[in-house]
Amino acid sequence: MNGAEILIDGLIREKVDTIFGYPGGVVIPIFDILYKTDKIKFLLTRHEQGAVHAADGYARATGKVGVSIVTSGPGATNAITGIATAKLDSIPIVVISGQVPSGNIGTDAFQETDMVGLTRTICKHNFLVQSVKELPNIINEAFHIARSGRPGPVTIDIPVDISMANLKDYKYPEKITLPGYKPVEKANPKQIKKLANAIKSSKKPLLYTGGGIVISQAHDELVKLAEKTNIPIVTTLMGLGSVSFDHPLFLGMPGMHGTIPANYAISECDLLIAIGARFDDRITGPRHSFVTQAKVAHIDIDPAEISKNINADIPIVGDAKDALLKLNESVIPREKNSWNDKVEKWLEKYKLHYNQPTDGEILPQYVIDRINEVADEELIVATDVGQHQMWTAQFYHHQKPRKLITSGGLGTMGFGLPAAMGAAYGSPDKTVVTISGDGSIQMNIQELATCAINRIPVKIIVLNNSFLGMVRQWQDMFWDKNYSGTCLKQTPDCSPQCSGPNENCTEIYYPDFVKVAEANGVTGFRVNKPSEVDKVLKKGFETNGPVLMEFIVKEEENVFPMVPAGKKNNEIIMEDIR
Amino acid sequence: MKEKHTIIITVANKVGILARITGLLAQRGYNIESAIGAPTELSDIYKISLVINETDHHIEQVTKQLNKLIDTIKVVDISHKNNYIVREYIILKVKSNLKTRSGLFELIEIFKAKPLDVAQAHLIVELTGHVRKIDRFIELLKPFGIEEYVRSGEFAMTEYNGIK
Ligand SMILES: Cc1cc2nc3c(=O)[nH]c(=O)nc-3n(C[C@H](O)[C@H](O)[C@H](O)COP(=O)(O)OP(=O)(O)OC[C@H]3O[C@@H](n4cnc5c(N)ncnc54)[C@H](O)[C@@H]3O)c2cc1C
Ligand SMILES: Cc1ncc(C[n+]2csc(CCOP(=O)(O)OP(=O)(O)O)c2C)c(N)n1
Repeated sequence: MNGAEILIDGLIREKVDTIFGYPGGVVIPIFDILYKTDKIKFLLTRHEQGAVHAADGYARATGKVGVSIVTSGPGATNAITGIATAKLDSIPIVVISGQVPSGNIGTDAFQETDMVGLTRTICKHNFLVQSVKELPNIINEAFHIARSGRPGPVTIDIPVDISMANLKDYKYPEKITLPGYKPVEKANPKQIKKLANAIKSSKKPLLYTGGGIVISQAHDELVKLAEKTNIPIVTTLMGLGSVSFDHPLFLGMPGMHGTIPANYAISECDLLIAIGARFDDRITGPRHSFVTQAKVAHIDIDPAEISKNINADIPIVGDAKDALLKLNESVIPREKNSWNDKVEKWLEKYKLHYNQPTDGEILPQYVIDRINEVADEELIVATDVGQHQMWTAQFYHHQKPRKLITSGGLGTMGFGLPAAMGAAYGSPDKTVVTISGDGSIQMNIQELATCAINRIPVKIIVLNNSFLGMVRQWQDMFWDKNYSGTCLKQTPDCSPQCSGPNENCTEIYYPDFVKVAEANGVTGFRVNKPSEVDKVLKKGFETNGPVLMEFIVKEEENVFPMVPAGKKNNEIIMEDIR
Repeated sequence: MKEKHTIIITVANKVGILARITGLLAQRGYNIESAIGAPTELSDIYKISLVINETDHHIEQVTKQLNKLIDTIKVVDISHKNNYIVREYIILKVKSNLKTRSGLFELIEIFKAKPLDVAQAHLIVELTGHVRKIDRFIELLKPFGIEEYVRSGEFAMTEYNGIK
């Protein structure tokens, strides 16, 4: 068998059923074998970044490893943003890139880039295949590394001569020998006992959980712990859905655009139990002043996360599910106390809200809130990055894990559409919607054609506020309203020192999203009035195939609450004071 | 407080492993004072000795991050351990003339250094020993006029058992 055949055979053995990719000279041998197999579906995206995000969205929605194949040089560099996006959110993908012939490596050959060098700091591990003999082990190891422990992207760079080289006694390896790689999965019972005791003596405990709960599928165990001990829960953006939005112990998302109860609870708890969450600076603010009043317990599968940002008094290395199962056994029930009363009062008092007038401009929050009406609990929601992402976090009714697909760590604009496409391709039985902004959607808009031609029925919501809204919000609040480089309607006739919409603004904007949709074979709708929102959402969700719904929303709406960068969790700007 | 730490990393002997390690340290913002890597008695095992000037807290982070690399088998910070033999090697070129030569040779004698090249105007010597000894040797040779030197950086071995 030659290298390409070995690769495809290996992928099939790793239960890969779908590949997202884009061809080029040095991967033709691999594509040739793909052509001959009926065990793997191949989706040709319109850009390598789209391919990697699609593999990522597929992985997030299904829990399986997403796979992408790209060519060398520009194909490989186009894949970079996708790989980094997966790395920051701990998503298991394997990206296979072609490479120039082994003998030409290092000569600045046509379409040569040092993929291993380029990806070193943005993947969990990477391989350059140096001989066809190594290939079976490398494939096996790549999948094992991607999906085990703390998941992450793995890249395999395959020189074209190796794809074509023959190996006589090919056998797919049965076991993995990686002497340096042994993720700790079992939580230490002694530490669990310590945590159980800490819970017993705590007056104001709080659960702070994140993406690790989703990854380890520990959501049921988490809710069980919370209910047994009456401990309120906050979940990060990456953990949304692990507890249903309407659970009485759920306080929402903490952090910069988190809820007031969640942030107050962080500021006042005396025991913070972090599980599968990594104390990101969107949550902690300045680290030296974060939870100085509380003891911190930290459960994480990655030892390097523990005490990285915030010192852990009770460090527990291990899989969240294993730790929670053990903790649920050893913890004693806790009665509700005055802490619970306080938290409930916050919940009562500080509800997320918006004020949609029946006439006039559509508020973006309203559109997202109305999606709740057409959604069922199986709906998969992918977002782009910006204000619309935060409003989705706040106003969408997250009910189940693996339903929210969002780029949290890298915050990659252009992620939403291809990720939704990958999710939809991997879960044909589920409805997938992507919520995007007029800025973000343009960053991988070419994938509309991929959706249309492949009949991938993604529902695309564009909240068009004519701005790169999230950045404009910062300029609005902290930079004297100097709207520099954030207005998408700015023309050469505009004053370069613009501070927002005024009588000289043009009505014209580009592109016409409905036309773009239609030109790509996607059904397009535009909505200008609040009264039409429900109707169009319903129509859009009922229409077969991909649909783009553009909502012209209020231009200068800001996301609140907001903990400004560098501030403590209780220093919250609650609402717009303009 | 920043302090010099000597870290011994045992890794799988894979292509680009040195780049992986130094790249990781650079990415995380740590400066490497010295790094040496060389094969060991086992063909698939490679050992790297690093010296990093950092606080204990950062060193803990460094060791965790190094441990996280897939090819890393073991990481030990030997700075506070006394069951290690630590050595460094130096080759040094110093100015010399008729007047200073005997003084130089006295020092060489005391330090048990070895002259490698004796010429009219300079002298090349080598010396192996603990870092402190090397530092002292350099200090004492300074007045003679050091032209150049290369140091190996530290490397170490446990006295018994230890790293495998
Ligand atoms: C514009 C913008 C604004 C944002 N604002 C906010 C905000 O207000 N609030 C907010 O929360 N986020 C916000 N984010 C997201 C934020 O940047 C981080 O991505 C997010 O907070 C990280 O979530 P996490 O801590 O759950 O970690 P993740 O990145 O999800 O990491 C998962 C953690 O779990 C661990 N883990 C993995 N597997 C397991 C396992 N099996 N068992 C145990 N542990 C495991 C991993 O080692 C890791 O430490 C924002 C992002 C953007 C783009
Ligand atoms: C690739 C990329 N470039 C730039 C940014 C910085 N950025 C964050 S949010 C944002 C604006 C997003 O605008 P839009 O998609 O219209 O969403 P809105 O905030 O208006 O809802 C920008 C430019 C980013 N996150 N990603």
